[in-house]
Amino acid sequence: MTALLNVTALDAFYGDFQALFGIDFELGAGEAVAVIGANGAGKSTLLKSLAGLVRNRPDAVRFAGRPIGDSQAASIVRLGLALVPEGRQLFPSLTVEENLLIGAFGGERTSPWDLSSVYRMFPVLRERRRSSVTELSGGQQQMVAIGRALMSNPSVLLCDEISLGLAPIIVEDIYRMLPRIREHGTGIVVVEQDIARALRSTDRFYCLQEGRVTLTGRPADASQDAIHSAYFGT
Amino acid sequence: MIGLDTVIEGVLLGGVYALFALGLSLIFGIMRLVNLAHGDLILLAAYLVLSVTTVLGIPLLVATLLVVVVMFVAGFALQRLVLERVLGDDILPPLLVTFGLSIVIQNGLLLVYGADSRRLQAGAFESSSVTLGGGLSIGLAPLTALLTAIVAVALLQLVFYRTSLGRAFRATSDNPQIAQLMGINERSVYAIAVGISLAVSVIAAITFGIRANFDPSIGPARLLYAFEAVIIGGLGSLWGTLVGGIVLGLAQTIGARINPEWQILSGHLAFLAVLMVRPRGLFPSRRP
Amino acid sequence: MSVTAARDKVEIGRGAGAAPLWQVRVGTPLSRAAAIGALAVVVALVLLPAVASRNLIQDLIFVFTMLALAQLWNVLAGWGGLVSVGQQAFVGLGAYALFAGVVTLGIDPVFTIPLAGLLAAVVAAVLGPLLFRLEGPYFAIGSWVAAEALRLICAQFKTLGGGTGMSISPSDLSQMIGLKSAQALFGLRPAAARDVLIYWIALLLAVAVTLGITAFVRSRMGLALAASRDNAAAARSVGVRTGRIRYLLWIVVAFATGMVGAVVYLQKARISPDAAFSVTDWTAYVIFIVVIGGVRTIEGPMIGVLTLWGLITYLAQYGSLYLVVLGIIAILIMLFMPKGVWGEIERRWGIRLFPTQRVLSRTSCGSDLAKNDLAK
Repeated sequence: MTALLNVTALDAFYGDFQALFGIDFELGAGEAVAVIGANGAGKSTLLKSLAGLVRNRPDAVRFAGRPIGDSQAASIVRLGLALVPEGRQLFPSLTVEENLLIGAFGGERTSPWDLSSVYRMFPVLRERRRSSVTELSGGQQQMVAIGRALMSNPSVLLCDEISLGLAPIIVEDIYRMLPRIREHGTGIVVVEQDIARALRSTDRFYCLQEGRVTLTGRPADASQDAIHSAYFGT
Repeated sequence: MIGLDTVIEGVLLGGVYALFALGLSLIFGIMRLVNLAHGDLILLAAYLVLSVTTVLGIPLLVATLLVVVVMFVAGFALQRLVLERVLGDDILPPLLVTFGLSIVIQNGLLLVYGADSRRLQAGAFESSSVTLGGGLSIGLAPLTALLTAIVAVALLQLVFYRTSLGRAFRATSDNPQIAQLMGINERSVYAIAVGISLAVSVIAAITFGIRANFDPSIGPARLLYAFEAVIIGGLGSLWGTLVGGIVLGLAQTIGARINPEWQILSGHLAFLAVLMVRPRGLFPSRRP
Repeated sequence: MSVTAARDKVEIGRGAGAAPLWQVRVGTPLSRAAAIGALAVVVALVLLPAVASRNLIQDLIFVFTMLALAQLWNVLAGWGGLVSVGQQAFVGLGAYALFAGVVTLGIDPVFTIPLAGLLAAVVAAVLGPLLFRLEGPYFAIGSWVAAEALRLICAQFKTLGGGTGMSISPSDLSQMIGLKSAQALFGLRPAAARDVLIYWIALLLAVAVTLGITAFVRSRMGLALAASRDNAAAARSVGVRTGRIRYLLWIVVAFATGMVGAVVYLQKARISPDAAFSVTDWTAYVIFIVVIGGVRTIEGPMIGVLTLWGLITYLAQYGSLYLVVLGIIAILIMLFMPKGVWGEIERRWGIRLFPTQRVLSRTSCGSDLAKNDLAK
């Protein structure tokens, strides 16, 4: 099977510390996949490895058949793989609109996402486009972070803990946008600690525990007990 | 007495200091690098222009363009080949490398050009002046220097706040790692920043070299003036740097009017006074 | 020279009374041998004037004073994170204080030396709070500005020669304490005997500064400083307050730098603002010494100063070219051997003569206890 994104036997390290052990993972075009797991299970490390912030063997990660495991973050985003980083990480010296524009810095692709389509999805950002991002609420900041990643018109969007620190109603608002992103054939990977939230919006899931995949499948096929034990290792 | 002429002289001198300061401020703002060789690089630019005009006989304006390109490339290469290797959390290595560079350039210039004072020749332009009412007249060269400084600040401001490159500069300054996720190549951004810094230094060198004599030993003093203008104006604000340069120019000319030996000292004391009462400068950036 | 074998006894692992004992050690057998060797070298150097030529004595005055300045800059910038490019301020102040004391007040030169240090310390105490407002790397240029301002102020004192400087006449120095005995001891003329006396003072300063810094970086204060340099936020969270330690370090370093400045100019007997506040002579050379030898090591400056002495002896005649070469060497070292010559030796062979790192090791008694523990 040729998926859009293919991960084979990925081991990731921070210096001497090994964070991931032989991860196999794949994502098809337009598919939404959840990565769940406890704190420190290696979820963020997996996303960082995909986005090029953690380097690996070249063929550990293949994107549209092309080995990108050791590519630089700046060139990976140009290929069409964008990360919404944990904690939003907006640029405080840039206005809302500039934060969105910088997302398109390296992009040759200009559709479907541009300023006006992002503003159509998050109308409140248009109103606040001249504001400093530090003046926005947490939910609005998360919208900027997602919009910024979309501005590169990625074929794969990686979302790291987009519900972190947000009120449940805001989280629902944000997750409601995911189908609109998938409409254009963009595959989505969501990393969440909120298992139920993640499983409701995705086609498949991977459960990580201590750097290894302990369970994978379709949310409907997995029993609560199975997920519980894959999650906590009991 | 301190008359209007002293004030005008001080303001015009401030334009030159602001030009010294822009390049220093630019790379500190973007990459937290303090280039201790900044003053000597300005001197290097002045000598290059001198050589190009006198040895090759090329007109000053053309020579300037040529040296701007040369210094931009030199800055780009300096960053990629040398500074890039020492930038990091430890502030010591980049300071020591640029300090070493300062010594190398200063003594290299001494070897090549000797210790004699030189000056850039700009023909009739040097001595022309504009007459104002009330018996005041302003030298055309110093006036051009101030106008150049204003234009340079406006242009840099435009690049910083209205272009994609400027956004990349500010984003990289905020968070280099996240900037990479936007497809920004941090190494190129830094190299371009150092290139622009040295290109602006050429303009500084010319406005300075036309109105005053220079010799290889005066680079460090240019660094100190540049630094004082940046701190007086407030970190992170380009217009603030222009005002800082003018405040420094005023302090120096007023000091010199009281006692010619006090010119430079007055500038240093003005700097220390600003540091005492407004440690973040007169126009600190609003940035958090 | 005293190298304490075990400083703190730390007990790790509670519960059983016979838990293994761990010790934090700074010293090693090699460092104890080095201490004995260093003592022998110092004794030999004290006795050297009996046989050495006046030229060698003068060269060694240069070596000792530069070594002291390099150790001082190293502790300030390397351990303290205060990268100053303005230490010439305190050399110059010390030098001017010496001239003011000797020429205008008629104080004995030997007594003027600590007074010179005191003046430098007082000025440092005043300047510190101002300069500390500048963010990390900008502190470097700030200190340089302060030094320039002090140079221009000293040039205003017409009684001390104004901008052109002045000399101390030999008669001002003829009554110097200890001069007569040095003359008698080695049968020297006054000028040569004065050099011997200054040589001893310079040696004393170099040894005292080196020992003092070794003790400081091994102390709790030194450890706190290193911790805050590596990670300021983390160090604060465990209760390390380094602002005060840095301020004290800045003042004490200025005090010692001022004394060295006085000693240097006592030997030169001629002063000018440009020379006494020279950034090349008192900061560029000093930084060169530390970079060559190795930042954050006690041994590095010793290697560096000998290297500089060698280079000066053979290359100084080439003037500017010599400085170009020094600058290029320093840049290459920073790029390809950032820990300097001694840092490289440490890395390759693990040799430390003046160890400053703490090593955790099990005591023999502790391991015996541990074995007993297992046997049960």
